[in-house]
Amino acid sequence: MLEKALVGSKKYWFWVLFLLTIIFIGFVCYLYQFKIGLGITGMSRDVSWGFYIANFTFLVGVAAGAVMIVLPYYWHNHKVYGKITILGEFLAVAAVTMCILFVLVDLGQPMRVLNVIRFPTPNSIMFYDVIVLNVYLLLNLICGWTVLHAEYKGTKYPSWLKPIIYLAIVWAPSIHIVTAFLYQGLPGRHFWLTAVMAPRFLASAFSAGPALVIIAALLLKKVANFDPGEKAIDSLAKTVAYAFIANVLLFIFELFTAFYSGIHSHQASIKYLFVGLEGHAEWVPFMWAATILAIVGILLLVIPQTRKNETTLVIASIAVFISCWIDKGIGLITGGYTPTPFETITPYRPTLPEIGITLGVWATGFLIMTILYKIVLEVRASTELVVKYEGIVYKK
Amino acid sequence: MAIKRRDFLKLTGLTLVGTAASAAVGDLLTRGEAKAEEEYAFSPKALKGKRWAMIIDVKKCKEGIEKGCGKKCIKACHYLHNVPSIPDKKKEIKWIWEDEFEHAFPEQTNEYLEEIFKDIPFLFLCNHCDNPPCVRVCPTKATFKNDEGIVMMDFHRCIGCRFCMAACPYGARSFNWVDPRPYIEKVNPEYPTRTKGVVEKCLFCYERLAQGKVPACVEACPEKALIFGDLADENSEVSKILKERVAIRRKAELGTNPSVFYLID
Repeated sequence: MLEKALVGSKKYWFWVLFLLTIIFIGFVCYLYQFKIGLGITGMSRDVSWGFYIANFTFLVGVAAGAVMIVLPYYWHNHKVYGKITILGEFLAVAAVTMCILFVLVDLGQPMRVLNVIRFPTPNSIMFYDVIVLNVYLLLNLICGWTVLHAEYKGTKYPSWLKPIIYLAIVWAPSIHIVTAFLYQGLPGRHFWLTAVMAPRFLASAFSAGPALVIIAALLLKKVANFDPGEKAIDSLAKTVAYAFIANVLLFIFELFTAFYSGIHSHQASIKYLFVGLEGHAEWVPFMWAATILAIVGILLLVIPQTRKNETTLVIASIAVFISCWIDKGIGLITGGYTPTPFETITPYRPTLPEIGITLGVWATGFLIMTILYKIVLEVRASTELVVKYEGIVYKK
Repeated sequence: MAIKRRDFLKLTGLTLVGTAASAAVGDLLTRGEAKAEEEYAFSPKALKGKRWAMIIDVKKCKEGIEKGCGKKCIKACHYLHNVPSIPDKKKEIKWIWEDEFEHAFPEQTNEYLEEIFKDIPFLFLCNHCDNPPCVRVCPTKATFKNDEGIVMMDFHRCIGCRFCMAACPYGARSFNWVDPRPYIEKVNPEYPTRTKGVVEKCLFCYERLAQGKVPACVEACPEKALIFGDLADENSEVSKILKERVAIRRKAELGTNPSVFYLID
């Protein structure tokens, strides 16, 4: 089926070429980083994780978010999701690949990464994170590809796939709980040391992931005659709405604990992010942008008229996606390292090469998504009879 | 033809998985350790302990600085261990350094204490915790606690993920953001230099202990402000001092059980 990604319109190839260009720029930046070291980034002794890990953390959520489509369809026979489960699974493949790439570009000695497998360390959460992410990638690849291949052959998927699908469904929240555990068990980082980290991660995952599927599905509707179905989109939009409200509520609960208790270490990072601390306010505009986007997103999603209107729904989905990206990405990371263990502040800002590598990884993910989605479209097109007569599309 | 390709792919896949699995099982069984040579043994002079600890007498340290000790402890350590002098403070590497009371004990500080400790230096280094969070999170055991209580590092195994730096509540660890070798002022050929991309920190001079010497900083201090010894030994100097004088540890409430004590009376 891979050959189906090799035939396409001018628009398709233009898009692929655009992504390849960005990947190339990112790759050149990475060669520079590989030669000189991670010193070319904005990270420091005090802020030792930055933009790469921020994007990694956010994308684990996006990957896990696919379960919000797969679970209702396979466990509760929510037939309306029939056309888009494959979009969710292939989004998970692209997102997890980006996660793995972000971890690899962040390593000081990437050639030694297999040491994690050679010297298994059951007390380390990162050991488990490596395993669960790679297995999740494999599970989604197998599930998505096999189901699509069965559709291509005009038959139902084989019965041996069912337990693997069920495993993938259970595995999805686990990848994000494990990633949350990376943060919430560290005794010295008070911004992260909260039981609410795992539920927040899940809530933002289940909003950002489906939001991206909505954007992708409606985009495919516009450029490739792919119709996900109005009911499916509405169902997904409601999922995003509830999950995102839960995410915002959990954040408000954090605010209560921090500011009602009066404990300085609970408040310091939040103050730094939202109002600035000790003269440092580098991320304040970004956090308030995330807040405004969150409000816009929630309003557009809960009002039925704007949720059902495709244009406002896409705006809402983009708003939710970017808001989660800021809050759970760079907000989470810089908040954890600020203030430092010495109660000082060391600001962080990604450098240009760092941004270049980041964009290269994102472009890689989008390229994987493009190729896989192209195959889906071609397979669907070859099995459907579609006629466009006087501007109206008739489907068999 | 299709079936032949499938069989080939199945065989290749099985071979790869089998190779990886046997390597993993082998490493699991040997715990990644190679057997040492039969003749390898500790020197009879070696200092042995069950829980190495350090006491820092801050008032003596202040006296030393006033007399112009020139921070010999830091210089000795950084020379001996080829610690580079990186000009960019954000990317600096330090195993032991001087800082202020309010940065050492930020959760304890108040205006009165800050006034009392205004001109008193506080030395920072790895606390060699008995319950080290850095060891708990390292995915490769590149950092590990040895049987003498020292939190060690294997620079060859470290993959540079910096999870240990996130986990350390004391900011004791440094990362080689670039190749450190050009920045080493004077290379000490008797100790390895590190490559870029690995984490490093104070290792309680385990290599000197094996030769019967105390850590370099302890030896270098002209005021004897740094006292080193085995906390598990009731009769060691550190145990005796801790019974008589008031000592506190950094962030003791976090459960890390640090082995570096500051005498504040």
